[in-house]
Amino acid sequence: MYSVRRWAVRHAGGLDRFYQGFETLIVKLHPLWEKIGYQRLERPVAKIEKLCKGLLFDCKMCGQCALSETGMSCSMNCPKNLRNGPCGGVRQNGHCEVKEDMRCVWMEAWDGNRKMQTGERILAVQLPVDFSKKDSSSWLSRVREVQQQAVTERTAEHSSGKQ
Amino acid sequence: MVIHDEPTPGEMLPILPGHSSAGRLERVLRAGHFAVTAELAPPDSANPQDVYARAELFDGYVDAANATDGSGANCHMSSVGICALLTRIGYAPIMQVSCRDKNRIAIQGDVLGAAAMGVSNILCLTGDGVQAGDHPQAKPVFDLDCMSLLETVRGMRDKAEFLSGRKISDPPKVFLGGASNPFAPPLDFRPHRLAKKIAAGAQFIQTNYCFDVPRFKEFMARSRDLGLLEKVFILPGVGPMASARTANWIRNNVPGIYIPDAVIERLAGAKDQKKEGQQLCVELIQELSEIEGVSGIHVMAYRQEESVPEIIKSSGVLQGRVPWYPGRDQKMLQERARS
Repeated sequence: MYSVRRWAVRHAGGLDRFYQGFETLIVKLHPLWEKIGYQRLERPVAKIEKLCKGLLFDCKMCGQCALSETGMSCSMNCPKNLRNGPCGGVRQNGHCEVKEDMRCVWMEAWDGNRKMQTGERILAVQLPVDFSKKDSSSWLSRVREVQQQAVTERTAEHSSGKQ
Repeated sequence: MVIHDEPTPGEMLPILPGHSSAGRLERVLRAGHFAVTAELAPPDSANPQDVYARAELFDGYVDAANATDGSGANCHMSSVGICALLTRIGYAPIMQVSCRDKNRIAIQGDVLGAAAMGVSNILCLTGDGVQAGDHPQAKPVFDLDCMSLLETVRGMRDKAEFLSGRKISDPPKVFLGGASNPFAPPLDFRPHRLAKKIAAGAQFIQTNYCFDVPRFKEFMARSRDLGLLEKVFILPGVGPMASARTANWIRNNVPGIYIPDAVIERLAGAKDQKKEGQQLCVELIQELSEIEGVSGIHVMAYRQEESVPEIIKSSGVLQGRVPWYPGRDQKMLQERARS
């Protein structure tokens, strides 16, 4: 819903802090997720994620959430799916070139970003969207990503320790 | 400037050390000359002569013509088609690629095809929304955005691989460009977005119509603070407005074009509005060329393409330099022999 979505951007600072805590929690629960099985979890978790994030951010379930990089304004609501900032077509009143009644998603993102502690993340170049991940849970995919990173780091440390 | 190793049309120049392309535009810019680019009006026809006639209008005044890719979301001859025709006779077009109509498979294929035909410059754009053009019923693609498009083409060139990671045996040697609109909100984000484009691979930037010089100066100052000016060649966009009415219509109907009231009032108050529009364009070019970090000018003379030579001539920015065009050198030799 448009009004809730704009509320979320106004409270981007708090939501960002919540998200960081939430991420730490679900990453810690990795052994539990593994026990149940990620594949078995995928559908129910994606459903819950869609419900929560759909309500708060008008989430489009791209499966590779970038809310922390976009000031808590879901960039998939941009009619051009821009992941890297506003296009040149933003109207002088800050509204979208395509949807005249909607404030530009990236105007919102820039506002929300100012309220976040990790404000420089909006400046990073985002990779092309992987459309094969659509409708999958970005939460579970994030946990596996963090786990993978930890494994790679451990292996690197281990091999450098040997030398 | 006469480049001594001018090519036989259709053959490539050698790539100079430190250059990414064999193109003339990159050579002109890296040599420190003030470059001139102009937008070529794409024909609504399948006649190659229409393309040649439009390119010829710029002969001797323009270093590279932009072949637009359905600009304003209107259907015209494709940028690949226009570039294929132009490179055949030795022109050095800037091929525009928009993300609106093609996905990553089609775009990467076009990049290879274009580079094989001798296209040395590619301008990566997101593209106007379909609602702006003559086919509002069309499905917008937007598989990539301008930023990930830049990254993709740079990867093809520098890593010699497709986005998928599959290898390319002969990578496309292209000079990469992006667009910038310093006049659209949020204004304080625009220099950061320029930084992102450079990080994604942009080597030159063409901007939207620039009518508000103080605002542009502010943008350039912020970009300088971010250390961007040494990393990229910036060509602000200009163009003559035919009348106050046209300017007003463009302001209200074409996405992303900012025209201050003062410009419209100046045009409205003139006896010959068309001439005044051209005069204003000349003045803007002169003013913009003085700004630190401006490496050239990009002229978009929509429906007034024939006025480009006169505008560039009056502005004096070429300082006597004659950009290459088919037959230039023979013509210059003949003139020299006659005198």
